[in-house]
Amino acid sequence: MATTTTTDFVSPEPSTTDNYLNNEKGLLSWLLTLDHKRIGVMYLFSVLASFALGGTFALLIRAELWTPGPTLPGVTADMYNQFFTLHGAIMVFLVIIPGIPAALGNIILPLQLGAKDVAFPRLNLMSYHVWILGACFMLLSLVLGAADTGWTFYTPYSTMTETAVIPAAFGAFVLGFSSIFTGLNFIVTIHKLRPKGMTWFRMPLFVWALYSTALIQVLATPVIAITLLMLIVERTFGIGIFDPALGGDPVLFEHFFWFYSHPAVYIMIVPAFGVISEIIPVFSRKPIFGYKFIALSSVAIAILGFLVWGHHMFTSGQSVLAGTIFSAITFLIAIPTAIKTFNWISTMYKGRIHLETPMLYALAFLWVFTIGGVTGMFLAVMSVDVHLHDTYFVVAHFHYVMMGGSITAFLGGLHYWWPKAFGRMYNEQLGRLSALVVFVGLNLTFFPQFILGSRGMPRRYYNYLEEFEGLHQLSTVGAFLLGIGFLLTAYGLLSSLRKKFDAPANPWGATTLEWQTASPPPYYNFATPPEVTQGPYDGYENLEYDEKIRGYVPTKA
Amino acid sequence: MANQLFHCLSSLAAPPKLPDSPFFLMPPQASTISGEIDWLFNVILWICSIVTIGVIIAMAYFVKKYGAKSRIANEKAEKTSEHNTTLEIAWSVIPLVITIAFFVWGFKGYVNLRTIPRDSLEVQVTAQKWSWLFEHSGFASAELHVPVNTKVRVIIRSTDVLHALWIPAFRTKMDAVPGRYTDLWFEATQTGTFPIHCAEYCGRSHSDMWSQVVVHTQADFEAWKKAEQDKNDNTPPVALGAKLAQERGCFSCHSIDGSPKVGPSWKGLFGSRESYSDGTTLVIDENHLKESIEDPQAKIRGGFPPSMPTFKGQLNDKQITGLVEYIKSLK
Repeated sequence: MATTTTTDFVSPEPSTTDNYLNNEKGLLSWLLTLDHKRIGVMYLFSVLASFALGGTFALLIRAELWTPGPTLPGVTADMYNQFFTLHGAIMVFLVIIPGIPAALGNIILPLQLGAKDVAFPRLNLMSYHVWILGACFMLLSLVLGAADTGWTFYTPYSTMTETAVIPAAFGAFVLGFSSIFTGLNFIVTIHKLRPKGMTWFRMPLFVWALYSTALIQVLATPVIAITLLMLIVERTFGIGIFDPALGGDPVLFEHFFWFYSHPAVYIMIVPAFGVISEIIPVFSRKPIFGYKFIALSSVAIAILGFLVWGHHMFTSGQSVLAGTIFSAITFLIAIPTAIKTFNWISTMYKGRIHLETPMLYALAFLWVFTIGGVTGMFLAVMSVDVHLHDTYFVVAHFHYVMMGGSITAFLGGLHYWWPKAFGRMYNEQLGRLSALVVFVGLNLTFFPQFILGSRGMPRRYYNYLEEFEGLHQLSTVGAFLLGIGFLLTAYGLLSSLRKKFDAPANPWGATTLEWQTASPPPYYNFATPPEVTQGPYDGYENLEYDEKIRGYVPTKA
Repeated sequence: MANQLFHCLSSLAAPPKLPDSPFFLMPPQASTISGEIDWLFNVILWICSIVTIGVIIAMAYFVKKYGAKSRIANEKAEKTSEHNTTLEIAWSVIPLVITIAFFVWGFKGYVNLRTIPRDSLEVQVTAQKWSWLFEHSGFASAELHVPVNTKVRVIIRSTDVLHALWIPAFRTKMDAVPGRYTDLWFEATQTGTFPIHCAEYCGRSHSDMWSQVVVHTQADFEAWKKAEQDKNDNTPPVALGAKLAQERGCFSCHSIDGSPKVGPSWKGLFGSRESYSDGTTLVIDENHLKESIEDPQAKIRGGFPPSMPTFKGQLNDKQITGLVEYIKSLK
């Protein structure tokens, strides 16, 4: 009998005693834990709380845009500018960047490697504590007169505005350290803690994706840290770096900012690729198509991602030659991304496809990410970008990728690993319904914005031409539908936590290592160190569904 | 009287109207390059739509055809190869060829947009929070007036933060960067008025920092120049001031109804005694108004931020007199 490992399933049935959730009690046992799963759970709930806050600002923005000019009573243009700044900064720095790596990754990565924990558990805890500190500074900015610079902090506006830019920028600076710590930890963990028999090309694709992400986190984040520090120095001491009135150069800030923030969009999307690569084979009951290509393309995207920042600046006055090089490299990234999509689709060919919630999110991802990806083509073409730059077309494009791609994959992964992390099955019917509402809501919100943009609607506008009202209202309706979808999702997941542990060890019939320990896992993850003898998506034929425990067990020989 | 004048001028204050366009996804094509950019946009749109719909159809077809009945049935997937070199090379090379074509066309268009024809009519534009000022042929105006079928180079500067000059109907855009000049060019192909927007976020009234480009026939352009000259020469000072206040964006910070905005209201301002941030008080007279226009940082009214830009060199004596007289008229 060829199972993936030589370890026997500890217990395929729901664990009742002594797992990582109940082996210690009390607030301090959580706040000072060194257990990667508990740190991951704390990250998860912190990220979800930030998502609710960032989402509230998104709904305020959309409600304000229901009509041109003032709409909500009391919401001035200044407040609107603060809303979109907070929405962007919270969603980028507090939600999407830590969402998949720090929350899901922390819970799952060591389990997928059959390890007891990450390489540096104390550094891992510190990463979370530093994250909380950074989040506090962001919230401090909110209290002291929220920044109104946009999440991009472009100078010289950000050195002149009277709002609390310094706490927000300092918050992002501190959050960067948290991101670096997590990345460093994952790189070492993946190099040193793989189990016996797990060669690089036997690693699950989620691990490959986290590895590529970690490389970007470690290499790019210091640049934004230094840039934001220079901004703070300029604002505080009047030392001219970016402000031309002091002898600085505002375009330099744009270069520095995008040198980090373009790679950062890959910090946001590459982990999503990893999640999708896990879900599709498991729910198609078939090994993934083109494993090596998907694995290596994540690394290729991570490296090329460093060389394209200038495509945010085709209208900034940078030289034609620079723009040309940035445009060409941008197109190069499109190729591996396109091939990944084709590989995911091919994996489904002749599979046996199960449509539970995680797979619905994966299919939604394929749909919206393809739209998000191809609309990037318009923006990579320099002459067309000159028209579309800084319009709602760009807003729609990156929301299709970040919201439609990263958040959809995050929700898919959350439902996929929920039984493992919390030992309970969520309500499947409700899960499917909320996935559908989220999918419809996000298309209704962001598709009209493509049309708004190409027709002439600039971004970050409080007031707009009357002719755009209809499309804006469509988008606003979509946003509220999306909000309802998220509330349903939250209700479906959180209400399962009231139940007794009822999740089997392997509800989806997956063959990666995290499914070979109990749900939820014991404190030390595995009773004996697992050994790997085949690829991460091999051996589905050796598992069969056991109705009694509602999960998969090895086929009896 | 001044209030009435403001009301007849307020038609100027209405936002520009989006001109009717024969294209659903794009504004009208009103410049020489807009056709070529829309052509490329449409090529990408078609190819990308085909790819997207293909992906969605393949996905939907596979879900329907290979859908599993239930978990209990324990169906096994058919064995297929786990990679296929020919297929993988095909779907790498085909997108590569397509993207190379996109890149080359985009590059050509960009070079065209960035190569300024030598014999262009030059316009200087100054961007400041939150208005545009266009200067050429000896006139300054808040709207850009140009003749049709003429190459125009717009030289852009900013006095404060980043802005971006965007004329959607001409498909061109360029950032206004403080501390350096940037430029763009266009050749309008049809007469009419087309909106201008600020596309780079610049603070409170970013979304109201609009203007419009008025494309005249050659004859109308000459007539416009003559009329501008006459207006400057023959308009009574109060009316000239009211017009300038509108055009130069004074009303984004100063009200004429007594309510304070970013700066003090002009209503009842003249002749009143006010206190200043340096602790002094002053009765506002003509000289103080002139000083505040030309060197606004010299004296800052208590309770207001020192945020007014200078208009020194942008207004001639007659125009400053007009503004002073207009403010005096607001009792």
